[in-house]
Amino acid sequence: MSEPHRLEAQLLGVMARPPRWYLFVVILLAGTVAWGFYAWTVQYRIGLGVTGLHNRVPWGLYIVNFVFLIGISHAGTLISAILRITGAEWRRPITRMAEVITVVALMTGALMIIVDMGRPDRVLYLVRYGFGYLSSPIMWDVLSVSTYLIGSLIYLYIPLIPDLAVLRDRLDPSAPGWQRWLYRTLAMGWQGTLRQRRRLERALTVMALVIIPIAVSVHTVVSFVFSMTLRVGWHSSIFGPYFVVGAIFSGIAGIIAAMAVFRRIYRLEAWITEEHFRKLGWLLLALNLIYLYFTFSEYLTMGYQPDDAEAALLRLLFTGPYGKLFWPMVVGGLVAPALLAVIPSVPALRSLSTVPFLRPAPVALTAAGLLGSVLIVRTQPQAATLLSWLATWETLRWPLLGLGVLLALSLVPILQARRVASLVIASVLVNVGMWLKRYLVVVPSLAVAQTPIEAIAYRPTWVEYSITAGTFAGFALLYLVFSRLFPIISLWEVREAEDSAIREPADVGTRPYVTPAGGRA
Amino acid sequence: MTKDGHQATSAERARPSPSAISRRTFVKALIGTGAATAFPAVGKLAESWAAVGERGSGQGRVSRQWSMVIDLRKCEGCTTINKPPQCIEACKKVHYLPQGQQWIRVVTERDERGTFFRPIPCMQCENAPCVQVCPVGATYHDASGVVLVDHNRCIGCRLCMAACPYDARVFNWVQPPTPPEAALVTYSPQFPVPHRKGTVSKCMLCAHRTANGELPACAAGCPMKAIYLGDLTTDVATNGDEVVKLSTFLSENHAYRYRGELRTRPRVYYIPGHGEAFGRRLGT
Repeated sequence: MSEPHRLEAQLLGVMARPPRWYLFVVILLAGTVAWGFYAWTVQYRIGLGVTGLHNRVPWGLYIVNFVFLIGISHAGTLISAILRITGAEWRRPITRMAEVITVVALMTGALMIIVDMGRPDRVLYLVRYGFGYLSSPIMWDVLSVSTYLIGSLIYLYIPLIPDLAVLRDRLDPSAPGWQRWLYRTLAMGWQGTLRQRRRLERALTVMALVIIPIAVSVHTVVSFVFSMTLRVGWHSSIFGPYFVVGAIFSGIAGIIAAMAVFRRIYRLEAWITEEHFRKLGWLLLALNLIYLYFTFSEYLTMGYQPDDAEAALLRLLFTGPYGKLFWPMVVGGLVAPALLAVIPSVPALRSLSTVPFLRPAPVALTAAGLLGSVLIVRTQPQAATLLSWLATWETLRWPLLGLGVLLALSLVPILQARRVASLVIASVLVNVGMWLKRYLVVVPSLAVAQTPIEAIAYRPTWVEYSITAGTFAGFALLYLVFSRLFPIISLWEVREAEDSAIREPADVGTRPYVTPAGGRA
Repeated sequence: MTKDGHQATSAERARPSPSAISRRTFVKALIGTGAATAFPAVGKLAESWAAVGERGSGQGRVSRQWSMVIDLRKCEGCTTINKPPQCIEACKKVHYLPQGQQWIRVVTERDERGTFFRPIPCMQCENAPCVQVCPVGATYHDASGVVLVDHNRCIGCRLCMAACPYDARVFNWVQPPTPPEAALVTYSPQFPVPHRKGTVSKCMLCAHRTANGELPACAAGCPMKAIYLGDLTTDVATNGDEVVKLSTFLSENHAYRYRGELRTRPRVYYIPGHGEAFGRRLGT
């Protein structure tokens, strides 16, 4: 090996000397995980009675988190496997990030199932007895998710081997002994010989081909847990593809957010470029539109039926207690991200900045002032007499909504010039929206009475919120620790692309990738 | 009235031995020839049921295929005696049910002729969605077609609760207190006492009572005798007062199965009515 590659120097440098905030963030995340674990011990001791669940709504936040996390795990498969097979060269700097999301999301998602079980001590019964009851969709999930987790671990590990050898060879001598041992063991004697590289390429191609159908099966069977029942809103034949599309949708949003974070904190702007955001932005938009289409088809088909139960469910969602979540999900999680993905590619929108009253600052100030006075009036009874016309939320709903639209419009020219910011906002909105969407799939269908029975609202308790916070903190913690121990960008893959670009300076983006061995990957 | 449902099932679940068939023919003949009126007292019937019930689980036994008939003409929600529904109370007492649990509910419904009461136990579906989705086989049909739960095996995933279209299942969200008199009961899926934290429970058609020739607690506790226990094998049903030929009783009274369109083939039949046998006026 010659002198260290620029990326190698940059990444290994950050890994050896992480920024100051690293320890602080790790402690914060670990503290949240510990708090979540404490909440779980309370739940284990007393039982699921400490949650807001009850006999009418037996599933809640844990199942919502499970579906969400399994969904976001599809990031790795799409970026890494599909783009690898189709020879999309631009994928190279982001495959590793995506694969790590997959593994971490699957681990935390599977954990949610154990947390949700009434008898977590019997989790191994799924292995002991489960194979005799393969008619159960839960068993399909167990088989599919565990296969996916093992496959993803292998798929993360194989392309990591050459980088582990780099770490082994270039590790700072002051590094602790366990770290040397870790890299030496995991590198499995990689020397970068022609034979080794050929094998690596072949293994990667096989794994990429295998992992795609497994990933599709995973979110399909997750949806089958719902659609195999007779519940209104669940018993739908489009649930499989609907869930798979939703999973890839939130997976892309996940990878965009992760890219932005790592690009910023590890200063990787030279490798993770705006071009990556642009391409993933179009993918996000495509999946966004497909998901909107599925959502529209699903609710229209339900709404067109004269069925009482389906009408009851739609009432709950559209105008009932779940409307507070449903409409933000549709507008904020599906419509707004689609707009945000398009805005940076429409230069004409910049002319909005010439409209005099559409300056963000005055609009925001007016909105804040109005909102503030509502809050004052609502909390301070004596002010109500002064501003009695402001006293109700209802009278202000439309002015505030109008100001909100103006504020959004005033931000358009700013976002137009900032593609990355625009897409990161879209990604966050997508993932919040998709989490809400999963909540709206799980809870309202259970809440619709199938027989005349008293309806009881589901209100999650501090235990559920704490375990949820701990789970997402654990997700971030595992991701962060991984990025400290292993290069978050695949060094050899980036290097390989640059090497072949030097040898043959053609259009790297469209030319089929030629391996040093001469075979097509 | 659909008879195909239970005939197919009794054939596939438990093939009666030749002696069983002759026995059934005998009982049918007895009832068919009008001997039902002169049929031995219900107590005696119960004894004969017990003799061939689940206890003697050897070869060649007659397999009961339990069902239930609820005569809504007789159910007035215990409003005329000004008490809470006595089926619920009896069920709670017999099973030492924890606070807030009901294995049978009584709901008020309305049709074009007025309001009526409907007791809803577990429907013991022959094509049970809960049994299909259980990942560990903790819920299953026993030989007599009753859906039981093995609380030693249930992992508490609650998919059966989500799958049940009758809201019949309940969960032990915390460890239920064990009353002193229940402490010494030996647990069995037929009589799941003491109750266990983190597992799913439901009505088991009082499998521990029917095996001994007793009526389920709700049927025995119903002051209006609106609930009948039936056996599809011998085509006999009783509410503790009278014995009827099950198939005739169902067809003559236009019995139906609740949400039958879901095709889960419940073993619980309802005879339409508005409690009129006890003076409830229609249109109220």
